[in-house]
Amino acid sequence: MTTLETSTPLTVESSGQPARRAASPGRVAFRQFLRSPSGVCGACLLIVIILGTAIGPVVYPVDPLDLVGGPFTPPSADAWLGTDYLGRDVLAGLIYGGRASLAVGAVAALITIAIGLTVGALAGFFGGAIDAALVKITEFFQILPPLLFAMVLVTLFGQKLTTITLAIGAVSWTSAARLTRAEFMRLRNLDFVKASRAAGAGDAYLMLRVLLPNALPPVIVSATLAIGVAILFEGGLSFLGLGDPNTMSWGLMLGQNRNYVLDAWWAVIFPGTAIFLAVLSISLVGDGVNDAINPRLRRRM
Amino acid sequence: MSALLKVENLSVGMRGSTGEVVPVLENLSFSVEAGRTMALVGESGCGKSMTALAIMRLLPEDFVVTGGRILLEDEDILSASPKRMRSLRGNGISMIFQEPMTALNPLFTVGDQIAEVLRWHCRAGSAEAEEQVIALLRAVQIPAPEQRVKAYPHQLSGGMRQRVMIAMALAGRPKLLIADEPTTALDVTVQAQIFNLLADLQQETKTAIVLITHDLGAVAELADKVSVLYAGRCIESGDADSVVRHPCHPYTRGLLGCVPHLKLGWRSPQAWSDLAEIPGMVPPLGARGPDCAFLARCRDASELCRSRLQPALEPIADDHAVSCWRKSELAA
Repeated sequence: MTTLETSTPLTVESSGQPARRAASPGRVAFRQFLRSPSGVCGACLLIVIILGTAIGPVVYPVDPLDLVGGPFTPPSADAWLGTDYLGRDVLAGLIYGGRASLAVGAVAALITIAIGLTVGALAGFFGGAIDAALVKITEFFQILPPLLFAMVLVTLFGQKLTTITLAIGAVSWTSAARLTRAEFMRLRNLDFVKASRAAGAGDAYLMLRVLLPNALPPVIVSATLAIGVAILFEGGLSFLGLGDPNTMSWGLMLGQNRNYVLDAWWAVIFPGTAIFLAVLSISLVGDGVNDAINPRLRRRM
Repeated sequence: MSALLKVENLSVGMRGSTGEVVPVLENLSFSVEAGRTMALVGESGCGKSMTALAIMRLLPEDFVVTGGRILLEDEDILSASPKRMRSLRGNGISMIFQEPMTALNPLFTVGDQIAEVLRWHCRAGSAEAEEQVIALLRAVQIPAPEQRVKAYPHQLSGGMRQRVMIAMALAGRPKLLIADEPTTALDVTVQAQIFNLLADLQQETKTAIVLITHDLGAVAELADKVSVLYAGRCIESGDADSVVRHPCHPYTRGLLGCVPHLKLGWRSPQAWSDLAEIPGMVPPLGARGPDCAFLARCRDASELCRSRLQPALEPIADDHAVSCWRKSELAA
């Protein structure tokens, strides 16, 4: 059997020393994560990005929607990263747009995982007719091209940040559902699940306390990666002109300035780089988390 | 004294992909009284574990009970509602599994897992539960239980884990404990400890035990009654002492011949005999004909056996029944 770490021999009672509290699986996974160089790099980069959007306005107090100068002002002492086609400050846009992009990414990923977990857990646990019905629904969502489907939803319900977030969640939960379903079906027949049932566990307890924690590792990894995908998604929607025009976001900056890329490279390159770095850092973190908690990759002790 | 558990003519079948039902277990009957131990013996694939799972109503998908009754204190388990069944599991009947390495949830401490069972069945508060968990761990002879409570399963050895499993199975104070090969995965020395522990706990709690095993030594030591299963059919049953001492069915004799006897320094090595074996395998599901299931492997089979159907389980002595056409010749 694979163990998270070498078993710590517990101190014998007679030695009089208190036994070291056994490390919980979460803590062990965190320690494992710190050993993955790419994961730590990604985490550092992500922290820098989050800190930048959090304390940026203090250091650089400019409204991203204000017209601070002429259009296409190159980077200078006044506007550090220049201005866009309307004369709005690019750096201020990066700071405030980052908030929106990261928030959309995180919330959309949460929605994705919440729907995916619920559908997958019910299908995998109960099997039979419930499983067949839920798989059919999942497949229905899966065959719709996600970007197109999200565009339809946003056009129908309005170009607001909340609508965009919900739309991204609604089109991207299928893979999480399939993953959870597969994990639940695998776990359902394991000995400790049978033992728990034999001791009198009910369905709710089995699903939430026995199967769910054991099914979580791959789901956590896919949740981490889902944040990056959602940020890209928001960028894609905004790029196509379906972003929220009243809220600055990285995708919106890209979309609005893309026609002027040869006149004012700074208005496109900087938000593009920001999206690239944010998604890269999240992918690296996801990789590190995968190394730390994926039982198939875990080193055998 | 009336029996705590009565299994009457239990038949279990497996539904194939085309819908036909292949018999797995045929007309099995036995009973256990409170405080007594009943052993089910047989090779792998004889239907022992299916019997246990049928009693727990935890048969895998595709397996169905095709006939018979299972009565726990005169309540028919097979017709109990799922809700009633859930409260019976752990409280009326509980089960110890074969593989202690995989039968505990790896993500929770053993204390948490036992406390959960207490919470379901005894409505214990958390402080009270913790005390009871420690008492249970002490009862299954785990050293330093105050510290082991906080251990995760991977930090315990196989024997310790099996003790935790026993503690968990006993937490709901069940009237009937099914032990499905509780020692198969353990060292020989630990096996003896676990069997002794089960016997001691039975003395204290008056729990009835259904012991599933292929260890006839354990049967001789622990069980009061025994049923020998072969290919889903009971071929010999009765008082454990008399079955182990005077086995009548060729299969039971064969099984006993397979038990190694270490008599170091008692006989010279030259005189040691080879360990016996029963050639062949249990016939697979679906390949079991109406004639004696053991026919193909039986050393004592005669023309008579070949020409007849599976013999009925008939008594040859008080509390000893055999299903064999040549039982009177062989018993002699």
